[in-house]
Amino acid sequence: MMADTAGWRERAEETALLWALVAIVAILSLLPLARLLFEGVAPDGRFSTAALTDVLSSATTWTATQHSLVTACGGTLLAVLIGATVAVLVGLTDIRGRNAFVFCFVLPLMIAPQVVALAWLQLFGPSSTLLKLLGLAPAMGSRNPLYSAQGIMLLLGVQYAPLVFLTLRAGLRTLPQELLEAGLAAGARPLTILRTIVLPLMTPPLVAGIALAFVSCLGNFGIPAFLGIPGNYLVLPTLIYQRLAGLGPSVLSEVAVLSCLIGFIAALGLFLQDLMLRRRDFRITTTSNAMRPFELERWRPAVEIGLWSLTVVVLVLPLVALLLSSLVPAVGVPLTAHSATWSNYDYVLFDHAAAKRAFVNSFALSATAAVVIVLLAVPLAYFLVWRRSRLLRLLNLVAEMPYALPGVVLAIAAILVFLKPLPVLGLTLYNTVWIILFGYLARFLVLGLRPVIGGYYQLDRTLEEAAQIAGARLARRLVTIILPLVAPMATAGALLVFLTAFNELTVSALLWSSGAETLGVVVFSFQQGGDSTYAAALAMLTVGVTIALMLSTLLTGKPARGVLPWRG
Amino acid sequence: MARLIVDRVTKAFGAFRALDQVSLDVRDGEFMAILGPSGCGKTTLLRQIAGFDKLDGGRIVIGETVVSTPTRHVPPERRRIGIVFQSYALWPHMTVAENVAYGLTVAGVREPERARRVEAALALVELEGYAARRPSLLSGGQRQRVALARCLVTEPSLVLLDEPLANLDVHLRASMEDEFARFHVRTATTMVYITHDQAEAMALADRIAVMDGGRLLQVATPSQLYREPADATVAAFIGEGIVVPAEVVGVEPPGRCRVDMFGLSVGMRCPLTQTPTRAARVCLRAADLAIVGTDVAGIGAHVVRAVYQGGHFRIEAQLDHVDGVLVHLTAAEPCRLAPGSAIRIGIADGWVLPESGEIVDTTAPEPTNGRRADGGAGTTAAKR
Repeated sequence: MMADTAGWRERAEETALLWALVAIVAILSLLPLARLLFEGVAPDGRFSTAALTDVLSSATTWTATQHSLVTACGGTLLAVLIGATVAVLVGLTDIRGRNAFVFCFVLPLMIAPQVVALAWLQLFGPSSTLLKLLGLAPAMGSRNPLYSAQGIMLLLGVQYAPLVFLTLRAGLRTLPQELLEAGLAAGARPLTILRTIVLPLMTPPLVAGIALAFVSCLGNFGIPAFLGIPGNYLVLPTLIYQRLAGLGPSVLSEVAVLSCLIGFIAALGLFLQDLMLRRRDFRITTTSNAMRPFELERWRPAVEIGLWSLTVVVLVLPLVALLLSSLVPAVGVPLTAHSATWSNYDYVLFDHAAAKRAFVNSFALSATAAVVIVLLAVPLAYFLVWRRSRLLRLLNLVAEMPYALPGVVLAIAAILVFLKPLPVLGLTLYNTVWIILFGYLARFLVLGLRPVIGGYYQLDRTLEEAAQIAGARLARRLVTIILPLVAPMATAGALLVFLTAFNELTVSALLWSSGAETLGVVVFSFQQGGDSTYAAALAMLTVGVTIALMLSTLLTGKPARGVLPWRG
Repeated sequence: MARLIVDRVTKAFGAFRALDQVSLDVRDGEFMAILGPSGCGKTTLLRQIAGFDKLDGGRIVIGETVVSTPTRHVPPERRRIGIVFQSYALWPHMTVAENVAYGLTVAGVREPERARRVEAALALVELEGYAARRPSLLSGGQRQRVALARCLVTEPSLVLLDEPLANLDVHLRASMEDEFARFHVRTATTMVYITHDQAEAMALADRIAVMDGGRLLQVATPSQLYREPADATVAAFIGEGIVVPAEVVGVEPPGRCRVDMFGLSVGMRCPLTQTPTRAARVCLRAADLAIVGTDVAGIGAHVVRAVYQGGHFRIEAQLDHVDGVLVHLTAAEPCRLAPGSAIRIGIADGWVLPESGEIVDTTAPEPTNGRRADGGAGTTAAKR
């Protein structure tokens, strides 16, 4: 009888989709992390604390840990000082050219850390083309001042200041105008209001920004790799890289313990953030229109000059130095109208086999990751937001981990999972491009998922219910109704995934193999081999692609507000 | 067209009972309004009928099919019903024609049959020229009509309307009310109409089900609901009835009795089963009250407030006999009553509320205004 089978097919279909999603998320996030933890206590499948004791009793481990903590704290402090100041000025005052400034200020976050490091190295030091041009270069043989703990902190601070800026800016957007007007009406001056009303209410986003910056600094590989390795100043990610690059998979158990250690420190940072925010109630009770900016009056030109000078120092000068270095024929040759050449670009684009492959690989990997992640994110977010599937919600927390934890943690975990051939299939992903794709999918899933989840929250669910009433089953609703409606957010998410993967080095530095190079890896090898002019040329190309893609979002379509960080 | 049976349906959210043993029998082709203040459970009931939520107890039957029990749940896409949402829920990425055609496409209806039916549905709501437009370019009333066309194009057996006029301005509401009424006549579809606006419910429905606090208080025709409310809550909610204590001194069958109110003897309507009692409650309407001179029998009162309402005053007065009983009535212009003035109030008619808890007689809907109505006897709780 029809009544008895009614709904059976629908339920089976939905259940199958849900479990497929659960399986995929579990394989991408739960499996690698579980495998890593397992390796820490039971290397080669037998319970043993030997690796654990070895690593934890080694002086190198604790030196690197100390370096990691010092640079991460220093970098975070600088990022918070710059990021918070800029957020308050941009968010609360009437400076002009806000959108252009935000675009430039957020740009370093989108550019690869190794490119930022390379650019800064070209800005200082004896072989700096820019300083030579100006006649300011230090004597040959003198040490580049950036090869130091301070240098690492400076660059970490510059790289992640936009992160603090973005979280705080988002918080300031929700600040109701009445709260400030009530303060003004009570006779408080703007600076008093800032101190007594704005900053206390902005504690949650500020703390979130601090935690985010700390974890990012801790996990950063590109900056300490470029600035620390030459001076043998090792942090945990670079120590792991050196061990693995030097000794191969035989030290996997050892680096697994190191990965657990750095993962533990990062988790501690996130836990502290949670703890701090739980103590007080910061919920803002009123809702109203956005704030009217404070008028800076006669201070306005000075503030604007200050902000743009900051942009010049942290963005323009390093990029100009990088550009100039990419135009000289060899390291140390001064740039003149006569010596300037495109030959470095020629070489990396047309002659160098690995660089050519890297372009194809990085484009293909990033694009595939972006498309796959968005196609996963749309049904995933459906079950997370509208069906409130408990299982998925729990799993969603786990899915955050590969992104929240430092990239080396995931990379080591991926090696552990794929080192041996896959059971049943007999395929080996290790030493192929596919293990990098796995790494990207696992690490950047959350990056694409978050905007899509945001999109669902903005959608009126009756749009789906209307289709349901019209008789459409879940698969059809997802394709014909939901996908078109969340498309703007999904596109933004895909773009974020693409740009991040395109500029990525941390994961691929540990997972690449001959034939499976990424752009980040090739830039890194050029620089390590002393070919910094080639590195500069390749880096300039990636910066060019990144900026072009970012600019293209300004020209087309409606802004998906609050999703793309560089859109004001 | 199908009969809808809601049988002792219960739904709880945690400790909160959103629906408590709600039973409702909507006849084939009937226009039933579900009326109640916000939070009364009417939207929860609609979502149960549509199948968006699962129920905790009871059962729902549409036509011949049991669609909901605690162990069995036919998903919304298999219920063959239509809904007009309060927000219209038109898909912004489709044209008007694509919106209307969606249900047909899903059901596998092919061209040219599909185009023909879309055209017919749009003609029915007088939107022939708008097929290629996007919903965002339409006015509120036009969007409402597109939603109606979309819901009817698949000829559903049952149509649910969730406060469909709440987002429209007053003028548009009146014309859309006419539209719905004509619609119901033309299609003879069973309709369940959720609203908090009693004027809307009275104008449209064959019968009205009044809900409050997750319970069904009364199901009756609009006229019976107004004239013979089942309890004090319905009496006060519908038409702002005044509920006062009184004593039934004598019964004059069928359905009339003599009541003693604060020393005044009044003849009024009462349930058929009424017996003399000292503890009766009476529902009075403002129209039944009038200010009378000292030569006529009446109850003494003092004016509390006089509000000018254009052409007449609304007088709120406190009865002298009993503390706390506030009545209201209208007084024609000119009127010089100020707060504190002493008046005498005469009572022409009233309705003795049935004993508490008892649901009053629900008669069959009378075929009024040319509307289609079932001739059945209906459910009767008390014999007339």
